[in-house]
Amino acid sequence: MNVAPKLSEKEYKKNFTEHVTPFNRDAAVAEANRCLYCYDSPCMDACPTHIDISEFIRKIATGNMKGSAKTILSANWVPLTCAKACPVEVLCEGACVFNDKQEKPIEIGRLQRHTMDWFYQEKPSLFTPASPNGKSIGVIGSGPAGLACAAEGVMLGFDVTIYESNDTPGGLDTWGIAPYKMSQADSLTEVEYIKSLGVKIQTGVTIGKDKTIAQLEEAHDTIFIGVGLPQGKNISLPGSDLKGVENAVDYIAKVKAEKYSQVDVGRKVAIIGCGNTAIDAATESVRLGAEEVYIIYRRGKEEMTAYWFEYELAQKDNVRFFWLTNPVRIEGEGHVQALVCEKMELVAGSAGERKKPQAVSGSEFSLPVDMVIKSVGQDLGDHFLSGVEKLEIANSRIKVNPETFQTDNPKYFAGGDCINGGKEVVNAAYDGKKAAQGIHAFLFPTTAE
Amino acid sequence: MVDLSINCGGIKSPNPFWLASAPPSNSAYQVCKAFEDGWGGAVWKTIGAPVMNVCNRYGGMDYAGTKIVGLNNVELISDRDFDLNLKEIAETKKRFPNHAVIVSLMMESQKEIWEDAVKRTIDTGCDGIELNYGCPHGMSERGMGSAVGQVPEYCEMITEWVTNVSTIPVLVKLTPNVTDILPPARAAKRANAHGISLINTINSIIGVDLDSLAIRPDVAGKGSHGGYAGPAVKPIALHMTSQVAADPQVNLPISGMGGVSNWRDAVEFMLLGASSVQVCTAVMHYGFRIVEDMKEGMATWMQEKGFKTCDEFIGKSVPRIAQFGDFDLLKKTVAKIDEDTCINCNLCYIACEDGAHQCIDRVEIKESTKLQPRVREEDCVGCDLCSLVCPVEGCISMVEVPRIKEGSITWPELVAKLPQPMTWEDLRAYQKQYGIEIH
Ligand SMILES: Cc1cc2nc3c(=O)[nH]c(=O)nc-3n(C[C@H](O)[C@H](O)[C@H](O)COP(=O)(O)OP(=O)(O)OC[C@H]3O[C@@H](n4cnc5c(N)ncnc54)[C@H](O)[C@@H]3O)c2cc1C
Ligand SMILES: Cc1cc2nc3c(=O)[nH]c(=O)nc-3n(C[C@H](O)[C@H](O)[C@H](O)COP(=O)(O)O)c2cc1C
Ligand code: SF4
Repeated sequence: MNVAPKLSEKEYKKNFTEHVTPFNRDAAVAEANRCLYCYDSPCMDACPTHIDISEFIRKIATGNMKGSAKTILSANWVPLTCAKACPVEVLCEGACVFNDKQEKPIEIGRLQRHTMDWFYQEKPSLFTPASPNGKSIGVIGSGPAGLACAAEGVMLGFDVTIYESNDTPGGLDTWGIAPYKMSQADSLTEVEYIKSLGVKIQTGVTIGKDKTIAQLEEAHDTIFIGVGLPQGKNISLPGSDLKGVENAVDYIAKVKAEKYSQVDVGRKVAIIGCGNTAIDAATESVRLGAEEVYIIYRRGKEEMTAYWFEYELAQKDNVRFFWLTNPVRIEGEGHVQALVCEKMELVAGSAGERKKPQAVSGSEFSLPVDMVIKSVGQDLGDHFLSGVEKLEIANSRIKVNPETFQTDNPKYFAGGDCINGGKEVVNAAYDGKKAAQGIHAFLFPTTAE
Repeated sequence: MVDLSINCGGIKSPNPFWLASAPPSNSAYQVCKAFEDGWGGAVWKTIGAPVMNVCNRYGGMDYAGTKIVGLNNVELISDRDFDLNLKEIAETKKRFPNHAVIVSLMMESQKEIWEDAVKRTIDTGCDGIELNYGCPHGMSERGMGSAVGQVPEYCEMITEWVTNVSTIPVLVKLTPNVTDILPPARAAKRANAHGISLINTINSIIGVDLDSLAIRPDVAGKGSHGGYAGPAVKPIALHMTSQVAADPQVNLPISGMGGVSNWRDAVEFMLLGASSVQVCTAVMHYGFRIVEDMKEGMATWMQEKGFKTCDEFIGKSVPRIAQFGDFDLLKKTVAKIDEDTCINCNLCYIACEDGAHQCIDRVEIKESTKLQPRVREEDCVGCDLCSLVCPVEGCISMVEVPRIKEGSITWPELVAKLPQPMTWEDLRAYQKQYGIEIH
């Protein structure tokens, strides 16, 4: 492969340091004092975990940092990750009443980070788990959904063990979030905290391979499935076996190890797809030293699933967007040398359907590239879940009761990307917490409520 | 162009802005610099008996991220030699003949000492003398400062010693640490003072340090009451200024102060009767440069209002000062929320619900999860709390509503009208005629 020249350690550091800087104490208090302390604040409603935002912010202003951390953690078990990774523009900060006043919304994410940085530094004791209730939960997957379920489960008195196939826990918090948003260490800090509450984690254990479903059912009263979407969707593209063809999530995981000089990137990189993961793959390629990065998307700009602020970031990184462009095949001898594409046009679908892209005949062109990263979505995949009775899976989503997160098999609960098709960390954090409460209500029906 | 010059009890200055007797007017260097920056006058930092200051001497009252909404101090009068001060005062006056230089004095309560000090002060060529009867700490224990200001008889006696020998105007500076400001003000009048300065600082403890439990300001582990000044004291100072201005027995020019930070504050003091305003804390916080905006802002306001000289508006709001018994009990206003500018923070809702009269509901907004506050006008008592907490300028207004029956009545009139002693039943029956129902 035509590998882009390696950068100096200094350059890597500059490219991948977090682009949102922390507040110092003075700045945090100033920002906290700007908060109106709305009643029933809209930001709280907009946060999927419903953190009592104006309350934790007021506590920053009064210097009650312990109380601030408690307010946050009572609603969300991975708040540092959320503070850094949440798309706040469309969540809490997007709902801030200051937007209606044509003033800058309160920097909720940064304030949340301020409190959590303090908390993980000082490590005051905040919570005491309920006394053991005699039941156990087996959690599959240590992403935010699994971690939240486990932490909440321990608080409710359960004996909880997480099984994680990776050697390093944390799911995509550890292996997915762009390093310029958040380092791996932050995710691991949260994992460590949750362990300190009494959660056991067995890493390097893949359910369905190292341990069977039967063994799990034997060992635990209930099981929480938080496996995310472990498998990259495939588009059959001739030439996909060439050296230099990567799946976005796998490639990003390599970058997340934070040993940047060991990750080869092509001089010219084409990314297929235009969701948030595709943008991450593009911006991370640029930061690794790629000279030209293209995003190839078969639909128009209006239809991209990436957030506008992510798109803007990629534009700042000089990523070039090819709208209405469909990849046809990858060419090269042994390794990638070109991506052949064709132009598309939108044609009216049958009544009521959105317009469909259709190839323009004779529009084929060849884009010389050294690397192709496929980012067309993730799948639940075909694995051990097929061995679980009565589990209903449709469209790569496990079906659950939206209140209790119980699946059609009453012993199984699920949450996170594996039930919603891939949303955000904060949704997974909510699901996991609610599922543990659902499990408690299911196993102890009289004491619940 | 408008004319900003004033005459306060015979002391003339090119504009009404004077440095108050305090650290900013401690030396010739400072006063000259202030005049160069545009101040119209300065009351020299009080000079007099020998003193020694302590560290720390100031405490700041911060609120919600705003520094020094109030400032307290346990500072004494000038700790520089009496003679050195007089020399610098003379030099300053020579350099700035058209600016007002007033010398603040605080001497031991003996006639000869005062007379000697006054004569030597007049020799500097200064424009006036201010008698400091206000300092609430350190000096009062020695029978000076507020120990004088709090006893009208002392106030009258010492002022008389001074006015008997003085050939220049004498202002008497009062302490607010009294239950009624009028007796000392009237005492000054009886003793032929030319004007009243007020207020000096208010007794206060700024706070307690939650780590060390020390009282702030912390003087080597000990704390004491100190004098409070700055923006937070303005309402108290405005009230006292208005009282002195409205009292027919006092009837003296006023130099007003206490929390003046900008031209708006200054205009308020002047509307309530002050013919000059003095500033200390705001200068200690930001420096002399604040006078630029003070002069410009006041001049622009005067132009907009059609006032050509300060005299045209000094005291203009004094006739509006009334008693509760003068108020019309039948005027009714209710809160109106402008839906278009409302940002749905619901601060008005919770304020009315928990802190007032439970008359704001929250209604659903189309295509939004937010709830919008709406006033139930029939229940609103017109207290104004909601509009005060509203963060959007002009969003909540108090609008007058017609009564089912026209009329107006004051409390004394009502007392005369209803059988005495008044019963709740009779009062309710009267209110009902006008559609007033209190739940
Ligand atoms: C590249 C990328 C960037 C992202 N950036 C953001 C962002 O900036 N902000 C944001 O909010 N969201 C982001 N997301 C989305 C977010 O990471 C996910 O929504 C979230 O992590 C889902 O959490 P989860 O717990 O459901 O699954 P995951 O985080 O995917 O965790 C699942 C875990 O289960 C383990 N597992 C799977 N199968 C098994 C098995 N059989 N046995 C044992 N363990 C198993 C996996 O190894 C993994 O650790 C991003 C996603 C990607 C892919
Ligand atoms: C540190 C400090 C020292 C003061 N010293 C004197 C003084 O020596 N003589 C005096 O008459 N008033 C003194 N004062 C009171 C001020 O002159 C003024 O009356 C008071 O501060 C209110 O005005 P402000 O709100 O603008 O500060 C002092 C005030 C402060 C804050
Ligand atoms: S004016 Fe007072 S009583 Fe009326 S709505 Fe506002 S807060 Fe409530």
